[in-house]
Amino acid sequence: METLFAILVGILFSAAIYLLLSKQSVRVLLGIALLGSAVNLLLFTSGRLTREIPPIIAAGLDALPNNTANPLPQALILTAIVISFSFFAFLLVLTYRAFQELGTDNTDEMRLAEPKNEPMPPTGY
Amino acid sequence: MNTLIFRTVAPFLTALMIVFSIFVLLRGHNEPGGGFIGGLIAASAFAIYGIAYGVAAVRRALWFHPLSIAGAGLMLSVVSGLISAFAGVPFMTGLWIYPKLFGVEVPLATVISFDIGVYLVVVGSITSIALALEEKDDA
Amino acid sequence: MASPSSLSVDLSQAFVMAPPGLGEWLVILPPALMITAGALLMMMRHRVDRHGFIAIPALVALVLIDAALLWKVSTGGPVTMMMGRWLPPFGIAFTVDVLGALMALVSALAGLAAGIAALTDISDSGRRYGFFPFLMLLMAGVSGAFLTGDIFNLYVWFEVLLISSFGLLILGSEKQQIDGALKYAVLNLIGTTLFLISVGYLYAIFGTLNMADIALKAREINGAPLMTLSALFILAFAMKAAAFPVNFWLPASYHTPRITVSALFGGLLTKIGIYALLRVIVMLFPVQREELSLVLAIVAVLTMVLSGLGMLAQNDLRRMAGFAVILGIGNMLAGIATDTMVGLSGAVLYALHSILAMTALYLVIGRVKALTGSWTLSAGGGIYSMAPGFAFVSLALFLAVAGLPPFSGLWPKIMLVKASVDIGAWWLAAGILISGFLATIALGRTFLLAYWRPAPESAASVIAGPLKQDRLAAVAILGLAALIVLFGLFPEAPLSLSQQAATGLLDPQSYVRSVFPQGGAQ
Repeated sequence: METLFAILVGILFSAAIYLLLSKQSVRVLLGIALLGSAVNLLLFTSGRLTREIPPIIAAGLDALPNNTANPLPQALILTAIVISFSFFAFLLVLTYRAFQELGTDNTDEMRLAEPKNEPMPPTGY
Repeated sequence: MNTLIFRTVAPFLTALMIVFSIFVLLRGHNEPGGGFIGGLIAASAFAIYGIAYGVAAVRRALWFHPLSIAGAGLMLSVVSGLISAFAGVPFMTGLWIYPKLFGVEVPLATVISFDIGVYLVVVGSITSIALALEEKDDA
Repeated sequence: MASPSSLSVDLSQAFVMAPPGLGEWLVILPPALMITAGALLMMMRHRVDRHGFIAIPALVALVLIDAALLWKVSTGGPVTMMMGRWLPPFGIAFTVDVLGALMALVSALAGLAAGIAALTDISDSGRRYGFFPFLMLLMAGVSGAFLTGDIFNLYVWFEVLLISSFGLLILGSEKQQIDGALKYAVLNLIGTTLFLISVGYLYAIFGTLNMADIALKAREINGAPLMTLSALFILAFAMKAAAFPVNFWLPASYHTPRITVSALFGGLLTKIGIYALLRVIVMLFPVQREELSLVLAIVAVLTMVLSGLGMLAQNDLRRMAGFAVILGIGNMLAGIATDTMVGLSGAVLYALHSILAMTALYLVIGRVKALTGSWTLSAGGGIYSMAPGFAFVSLALFLAVAGLPPFSGLWPKIMLVKASVDIGAWWLAAGILISGFLATIALGRTFLLAYWRPAPESAASVIAGPLKQDRLAAVAILGLAALIVLFGLFPEAPLSLSQQAATGLLDPQSYVRSVFPQGGAQ
C-alpha cells in the first residue's frame, strides 16, 4: 500500500514540477495546486496507512479505543489544506489581476519590475 | 448565469446553506465538522448570492465588510485562548461552564468560541476573495 | 458530555498540572498581542486615521515584552509553555531560548521603526488596503516563528508572515507591484511547500514534531535518511533566506512596494530563514551539519561575491539595497558553515546587525527619493548641501552596512573571518572580505553620486518642499542609527548574548530540559 502511494506521490510531484516550469502563469498556478495535493498525500502516507477506525471518541467513552488511526497526520493535512487553499485563492486573484494589468500570462514578458535595458549606474563623477 | 430559475432559487439556496453551515459548525464540537468547513459553506452561500444578484447586493446583505468579520473572528479566537490566563492554566486550554438554559444543561466551552472565531475568519476572508473575483467579472 | 464529576481519569498523565507563571505567559504574549491588535485594526477599517494610535503602542508593548522575555531567558535559561496544557511532546510547545528572544527583540525594534516611518509614508488609501493590520499580522508571524518550539508550528508561522507579506507587497496594486508580487508569491510558496515536505519526512522518521524531542532522538537514531532530510531543510530555508542560487525572487520584488514595506521585508523576512536554518540544522542535526558544511560554505561564498557584484551593477538604489540584503545572508551562511562557536555567534550577531541596518538602509533610501525625487544614482545628487545632518547619518549607516569601524557591522565580520581562518578555510575568509570590499565600493559610490555631487538643474524644483514634512521617518532612521552606533561602540552586551545563543544551539541540553523537566521523553 505504501509503495503504491509513494508512486502516486511521485507522479503528482513530477506533474506539478512540469507545470511549475511552464511560462504561462495559469499553468504555474495549476502546478501549485497539484504540488499542494502531492504534499498532503505525502503527509498522509508518512503517518502510516491503516484501515482502522477514525480517531473520534464515541459518546459514552472517555478515551479512544485501541485500534484507531493516528490523528496527528490528519490534523497536519487539515492545516496544510487550509493554508494551501487560502494561498491558492490569493494567487488566483493575483494571477487574474496580473493578466488584466499586464496584458499577458507569459512570465517571460512580465518585465515591468525588472526592465530589460536598465541603464548602468554612472561610471564617472 | 443570470437565468430566472437561478435568480429565483438563489436566495433560498443561500439561506439553506447558511443554516447548514451553522449546523456543521455546532456539530463539529463532538463529531466531524467544525468552524473551517462551516465557514467555507457559508462563504460559498454568499458567493452564490453574488453570482445571482451581483456583488453590491452581497455587500449590502452582509452589512459589515467581510474583512471586519474576519477581524472579529480572529479577535474572538485569541480572546478564547487568553481567557485561560484567568483560570491559571496554559494558553488555549479548554474551559467549560455548565449553565442551565430553560432547564437544560448546556455545556459551553472556550473551544466553541474559538471555533466560532475560526468560522468568522473563514467566512470573512473567503467571502472577500470571492467578491473580489466576482467584482472583476462585472467590470 | 456529562458534567466533570463523572471523570475519573488521572489528569496528570496527560496535562501540565502546575499553573503557568508570568514568565511563561511572556512566551505566548508577543504573537497573541500582535494578532489581537491586528484583529482590532481589521475591525476598525472605517477609521483608518486612528490605526496609528493603536498600532504604535502595540509595537512599543511588543518591544517591552520581548525585552522582558530576553532578560528572563538570559538570566534563568529557556522557558516553555505548552498550548492547551497537554504534556510534551503531544502538545504544541512554545519554547524560548536566548537566540529566539534576541531575534524577537531586535525584529520588534525594526518593526517599531518601520511602523513609525509608515505613519507618514503610508497614505490613507494604503491604510484602507490594510497596511497596519497586515503589519501587525506580519509581526505576529515573525515573533511566533522565533518563539515556537514545534516544527510544524514554525511552518504555520511562516505561512502567517507569508500571507501578510503578500498583502503588504501589493498595497496599492500598481502594475510593477503585481509583477513583483507574482514572482515573490510563487517562489516563496514553493519554498514553504519544500519546508512542509521536509516536515512530512521528519514526522515519518521521528514520529514527533517537538523540537526538543527531535533533538534528543536525532542524536540516538541510526540508519534513517537524515542526510536527505537535512538537505531538503537547507534547500527550503535557503530559499526563504534568498541564498544563491535560489535568491532571484528577492531582487525581482523587494523594490516594488512602498519603501516602508521594503524596509520591513529587507530587515525581517530573510532573517527568519537564517533563524530556521540555525534552529533546525544546527540544533537538531549536528552530524549532518558537519558533513554539509562544505556545501553551505560554497553557497555562502557564491552568495556573497555575486550579490556584491549585483550591488555594483544597480542604478536603482532600492535594487542595490536588495543585493545588500542578500550579501548579509551570505555572511550569516558563512558563519553557519564554519560550524564553530565563534562562527555561529558571529552569524547570530550579524543577523541582529542586519535586521537593524537593512531596515535603516531602505528608510534612508526613501528619504533620498524624497529629497532628490529619484530612486536612481544617475539622476540624484546634492543631498549633502541640502541636508548635511541626514548625509552624516547616512554615511554612518553605509559604513555599518559595509562592515567598517566603528559601527555594528564590524564585530560580526571580525568573528566570521576569525572563525573561517581558524578552520583553515582561507577562501571563506577571502569571500567575506571581498564582498565587504564590493559593498564598500557600491555604497561609497552612492554617497559620492547622490550626496556630494551637486544637484542636477532639472531636479531643483523638487527640492524645495519635502524637507520638513517627514519628521517621523527621520525619528525612525535616527533611532535605528543610534542603536547601530551603540552596538558598534559597546559590543559587549550583544556579543555575550550571541555567544550564549550559540552555546544553546551547539548544546541544546537546557532547551530540552525546559521542555522535559523530568529528563527524558514521555
